[in-house]
Amino acid sequence: MPAQVITITSGKGGVGKTTAVANLAVGLALEGAKVVCIDGDIGLRNLDVILGLENRIVYDIVDVIEGRCRLKQAMIRDKKLPELYLIPAAQTRDKNAVSPSDMNRLIKDLRNDCDFVLIDSPAGIERGFKNAIAAADRVLVITNPEVSAVRDADRVIGILEAEGKGPGALIINRLNPTLVKNHNMLSADDVLDLLAVELIGVVPEDENVIISSNRGAPVAFDSKSKAGQAFRNIAKRLRGEKVPFLDLDHTGGLWQQLQRLTGRK
Amino acid sequence: MSETNSLIQIKGLRDGLLVSLDDAPWEEQRVALLTQVDSQQAFFQGARLALDVASQVLHVNELVELRDQLSERGISLWAVISESPTTEKTAQLLGLATRISKPRPEENRHFSVENLGEETALFLSRTLRSGTRIEFAGHVVVLGDVNPGAEIVAEGNVIIWGRLRGMVHAGAKGNRNAIICALDLSPTQLRIAEEVSAILKPRENPEPEMARINKDGKLQAELWSPG
Repeated sequence: MPAQVITITSGKGGVGKTTAVANLAVGLALEGAKVVCIDGDIGLRNLDVILGLENRIVYDIVDVIEGRCRLKQAMIRDKKLPELYLIPAAQTRDKNAVSPSDMNRLIKDLRNDCDFVLIDSPAGIERGFKNAIAAADRVLVITNPEVSAVRDADRVIGILEAEGKGPGALIINRLNPTLVKNHNMLSADDVLDLLAVELIGVVPEDENVIISSNRGAPVAFDSKSKAGQAFRNIAKRLRGEKVPFLDLDHTGGLWQQLQRLTGRK
Repeated sequence: MSETNSLIQIKGLRDGLLVSLDDAPWEEQRVALLTQVDSQQAFFQGARLALDVASQVLHVNELVELRDQLSERGISLWAVISESPTTEKTAQLLGLATRISKPRPEENRHFSVENLGEETALFLSRTLRSGTRIEFAGHVVVLGDVNPGAEIVAEGNVIIWGRLRGMVHAGAKGNRNAIICALDLSPTQLRIAEEVSAILKPRENPEPEMARINKDGKLQAELWSPG
């Protein structure tokens, strides 16, 4: 079966795109899928660091596109998961080194060779973003429960609709149940109310995410972390499994709300 | 706006600049273009550039080089127009447009209608998301929400059958009798003619409201009552 190509994007920077790509890739690979992730943030590469593969980079995506190496040579195999690969971004070029049609050709070559291609999009809605969504079958929009991030997500969803990439599915990242309960943070409900798209996961705020990112071992490896659990669940949903949403506030309220909202579609 | 020097012509288009080159050697033209760009940085900064290369035959490395050099200067090359099929193919390979007549996907739409009668309205059956701007020389009716960051500018009335959280300007050409209605009127800002109002706290249980300019000349919203 040809691979599913999934782009993770957000509009706003710093909401967790790269972290999400790394963790979903790990989650999918733990489930036994063959996954290739592509760092689309040319000039500001990060995904290699979070996956802990920085020191193995020889060739990057621009080398492939400009014909300096074969695709296979730029695919770096993960340390722990033999079915997980990274195609890193070039650090010394910029977004214009790649065009949407370059991406389409690259992905076409990958499609028959793996189960999932995950593309990490740069922040913004310019060239890099257009590159990242060019070949996507499905787009995941990630946001934080903050007014500014939600506003940018709304803009991105609008562009996706205009480009015929569908409304996408939503990941709400870094939700803090205590703040929500005290009405100091937007709830998942509030965010969905505005964006009106399918929700595919809610990831709670968890300091282990930062710790593990710095170590180069994504939190999805950590069986005790709630954020890790949330990412693994999203990975399962991407594979088509029905997984209930995590009960984040221990009362069952959120889960029921989410169920109601996602059922609404 | 028009600039000439010996080799290149620059013309302002509706959505960017059109640079026309002639058949002089490519290297000369490239240098001439970059020199021109460097001498007028403020003018070119952030520009969208279409390039008409006449019958030049260009290959990938040449176009890539120019594209990168332009991009270093904050200019995005989006189209290359050529009489040469080789160059056209190269441009397509790089994901560049080869025609400029085709409008790029527009989010900011300006609708104009000829012979506008008093009852002309634009009906939109979708949610207007952040970044969308609708301008219309009549009434606007939206069946859906208007999200924060979306804008509607209408010369007539604006009716939102949904939640209004963005910006709406009714009576934009000065009609002070224009009204704005919404099922949930919680905009970031409302304007009618020259009056501006930053409204209101969102309510727990929203009810349909209508905003208009009252007798004292103030923009005011009140609950909508039939009849």
